[in-house]
Formats: sequence, structure tokens, C-alpha cells
Amino acid sequence: MIARRWQYLLFAIWVVALISTPLWAGNYVIRLATTIAMASALTLSWNFIGGFTGYPSFATAAFFGLGSYVGALSQIAGVPMVLAWIAATLFVGLFTAALGGIILRLRGHYFAIGSIGIVEVLRLVIASWGSLTGGGDGLNVPFLSGGPDAIARTFLAAMIAIMLCVFAITLVVDRGRLGFGLRCIQQNEDAADMLGVNTTLYKVAAFTLSAMFCGTVGAAYASWTGYIDPNESFSIIMTIKVPVMCLLGGAGTVFGPVVGAAAFTLLEEFFWINFLDYNRAILGGVIVILIFFLPGGLLQLPYRELFARSPWRPPQDKPAI
Amino acid sequence: MAYLQIVVNGIVLGALYTCLAVGFSLVWGVLNVINMLHGSLIILGGYVTFFAWHSFGISPLVALPGVALLLFVIGYLTQFFVINRVVTQPVLTTLTLTFGLDLILYNFMTVYYTATPRRVTLDFGVIGIGGIVMPVDRLLAMALALLLTGLLYLILRGSRIGRAIVAVRMDRDAARLMGIRVQRIYAVTFGLGALMAGAAGAVFALVYPITTNLTGTFLGKAFVVCVIGGLGSVEGALIGGLVLGVVESVAGQLVGPQHALTVGFALMLILLLVKPTGLTGIRGYE
Repeated sequence: MIARRWQYLLFAIWVVALISTPLWAGNYVIRLATTIAMASALTLSWNFIGGFTGYPSFATAAFFGLGSYVGALSQIAGVPMVLAWIAATLFVGLFTAALGGIILRLRGHYFAIGSIGIVEVLRLVIASWGSLTGGGDGLNVPFLSGGPDAIARTFLAAMIAIMLCVFAITLVVDRGRLGFGLRCIQQNEDAADMLGVNTTLYKVAAFTLSAMFCGTVGAAYASWTGYIDPNESFSIIMTIKVPVMCLLGGAGTVFGPVVGAAAFTLLEEFFWINFLDYNRAILGGVIVILIFFLPGGLLQLPYRELFARSPWRPPQDKPAI
Repeated sequence: MAYLQIVVNGIVLGALYTCLAVGFSLVWGVLNVINMLHGSLIILGGYVTFFAWHSFGISPLVALPGVALLLFVIGYLTQFFVINRVVTQPVLTTLTLTFGLDLILYNFMTVYYTATPRRVTLDFGVIGIGGIVMPVDRLLAMALALLLTGLLYLILRGSRIGRAIVAVRMDRDAARLMGIRVQRIYAVTFGLGALMAGAAGAVFALVYPITTNLTGTFLGKAFVVCVIGGLGSVEGALIGGLVLGVVESVAGQLVGPQHALTVGFALMLILLLVKPTGLTGIRGYE
């Protein structure tokens, strides 16, 4: 573990590095930075339900897809872009709050299957409701005016803003009553209930928090790419990738999701460039290695010991115990 | 008469779904692992059957035991060397791990076999009884699917290893105290799950074109069948499979084929909330 204050400093440097990409790099790097911010926002969101509360939610793609469709349809109806994003956020939030009251009665494996089921049902409904959503043909979203450079910068700023927003909420939850209650639920839900934690309310709150900003990110993504379709918006890969990123960094921590999302996105980009045919297999390999060798995530690695053993500081002889 | 035909179609489909889901259900019930690899194992079985038939002219009926054995070995080794290391951890870990393995297998299949849909064509013609028409190869597939499921049932009921599997499913710690090597039983169970997946793939290749794009669809079917019928029992998978087959077939007729899948998943979500033990409510292999 690295001390908290150093983590904040590193995070601040990281955010500045992402924001400043237009000053020192081309559009490719800007796009990569935008993707990292987007993945960070999704992973930070998932952390509320999967990390703090310990519920194995695989519904991220459902919220993302729903948000992208609500945003895209609002924009097509003539709503200004940012308002459309806010509409998507609110819609997904309300939808999840209602859904959470029902599905959070399930636990463990059944919750996992149920959350995947939500992704599938939404995808199938959107794909077959052709008159509203364009069905399998997808939807074209009006592009922003201004050249590609201006668009790239706008969406970089938007994604980083969403990421910081979720991060701020994570900080508040982490230190507040809600976070404490959620951790109690993670450790032993029945005991938490017995001791007076309103488990239903807390779980619904965590589930809603985990969904709302996925909706925002989805809407922003729809405006960014200008085209959405059911298969990409509700992709099973995404719904599993987000928890993997969180596990990679360290689930249930404040900075873990950011570290995991950044590390995973960069790795994935590297594999895409170098091993196009085998990128999925390599992704699978990364997952297997992660589960076996990094069960606590990157943040939990004993960095002090790693450095202590490094060649430029020879190990001291320590007593056995 | 038209409705009778639809129901019969549904039952034939349901038998295939049973065969497809029973291995998934067994693994979930005994190991408490949601096996995301299942869809890819089904396709692997289908492809091996297809290539045995297409390249070497081996009849699928002859190839079936070989495919089953191959998949058993793959499943046994996967469980013994990989999944056993994390089998007691929470669902998030095991599900993610099997998904990672699925990505690897899927990728290699897509690269080596390509995603072209392929099907074994055995033209046996069509038979009709009292206005109901059914291609013979579908009936054959149904018979094979039920036969395989029945064999699994007999193994679990009658054999020593089967009783050991049931014992582990009922109480792992007690089974260990009785001298059952639990890790070995886990590997055998996962092997049997993979065997049934491969056999289901071989049977599916007789009637439907097989492509790697179908892995997710098959996995989704296995989820739905398990939840409808109840977990970890052959009877549950049989009932779940038949219900799903008939529901999809009827829904396809009533509200249009594009909504049939949605109906299946919606049924699953409702059952999850109302009766998570499934329609049968059976909790084991007792």
C-alpha cells in the first residue's frame, strides 16, 4: 500500500495528465485518454455495488446501453446535448431505483444471473422495438458542429468531468454513513440488518449510484461516436470487463477503480495494436493471471517490500519471526 | 392441429435445451460455479463433430462418444489444474475466471475454425403422423439428447462416482469426512459438465448450423433453463428445458419469432424473483 496522501497526489497528477493531452499529443492519444476516463467512470460506478456492497453485479452494460438510447433519442427529438445527458442520468437512476427494490432480494449466484438477465432483456427489447429504437439498424445521433479537434476536446472534458463527479461521490460515500453501512452489508448482511442498518435502502442506494453515471457515460458515448446499436450498447464483454477492471485495481477502495481502469485500458490498447487476432485470448489470459496472482488488486501489492527487494537496495538480514 | 404442431416443435427444441443445460446445471449445483465456458464448450463439441464428418467422413453417431470423451478430458483438466484453485471463492471470482477461460477458447476457435456457420447434413427425409410433420434428423437429435440426459441421470443415481457427486453437492464437509476426495469429484463433475456440453453441441450440429457467434445464445439458454427448472438436478433441467422449448415455440407463433428470446429471459427474471428454486423446487439429486 502507498500512503493515502501520496495516492491523492498521484491521482491529481494523473487527472492533469489526462486533461492536458490536447496540449502535448495528437488525436489518437486524446481518444485514448477519453476512453480511460470513460472506463474509470464506469468502474468507479460499479465499485459502489460490487466493491463496497459486495454484490456481484453484471448489469453495467444494461445501464450504459439504456443511457445511450435515452440520450440518443432525446437528442434526436431536439433536446440539447448536455440536457439529454442529464435526462439519461435521471432516467437510468429512476429505473434502477425501481428495479433495485426487486432484484436486490436475490443474493450471490442468483443476483449475478439476474443482473446478466437484465442486460439480455433490455438488449432484446431495444433490438425488437424497431419503431422507436431503429432495431438492429441502430440509431444515428446528430454530430456536434466544429472540427474533429474541437469534438475530441469536448468529449475528453466531458468524460473527465463525469469521472471526477463519480470520484467525488465515492469519497463522500467512503467516509460517510452510507459507505460504512455498505461495508457492513458486504461482510455480513444478516448481521448488519440485525444491528439496525436499513439494508434494503442502502443496497438500493448503492445500486442506483452504480447505475446513474453509467447512464451519463452511455449518453455521452452515444453523442461521441454518433452511432449506437443494440449489440454494442448492451455488450456482454463490457458487462464483465468493468468488474475485471475494478478487481484489477482493488475492489472496495477509492483509488482502485481508477488504477484498474487505466491499467486495463492501456493493456487492452497495446494488445489490440500488436495482436489483433488474439486480443480476446490475451484479455482472457490477463483475467486468469489477475484471479490467480493479484487477488487483492494492484493497490494491495506490497510496494515497499517490492522496492526493498530491488537490486539497488540489497535486502537486509531479518530475523525469522 | 396447427397448435399441436407448434407444441411438438417446442418439445423437440426443449429436449435439445435440456441436453444443453444439464451439464451447466450440474456444475452450478455441485461446484457452485457459474460456468461461463459452457457456451464455447458446446460449440467446440459441435465443431469437432462437424470436422470429423466433413473431413474424415465419420458419422456423427460414431463420433459422438469420441467427442464426449475429448470434452470430458478437457473439462477434467481445466477443473483440476485451474478452477479448483479458486473454487471456494465468491461468485465474482469464479464467474470472472471462467469468463476469462471462455475468451481464450472462443478466440482460438474463431481463428482456427472461423465463424462460418456449419452444419452436418444427414438427409433422412420427413415423417408425418396425423398431420404433424417432423424431419427425421430432428427426431434423431431429440432421441439422442434425451438418451444422453438419461445416461447422466443413471450415472448420478447408480454409480459409485455418481453417488459421490451427489454427496458432495449435499454437504461438502461431510463428504470429505466420509473419505471422498472432494477436489477429484469437482474435476469429475466439471468433466461431466463439459462432456454434456460437447455432446449437446454434437447433437445441435445435426439440426442447426453451428457458429462461434452462438456461444452467448447457448449460455443464455442454459441460464434460463436452470432457473426455470431449478438448479443442479437432471429432472429440473428436463422440466426447465421442455418448458422453455414450448414457451419459445408458442411465443414465437403468438407474438412473432423476434420476441421469443425476450419471453424466455423475461420468464427467467420473473421466476428468479418469485421462486428461485425453480418450478420443481428440487434441491439435489436425492
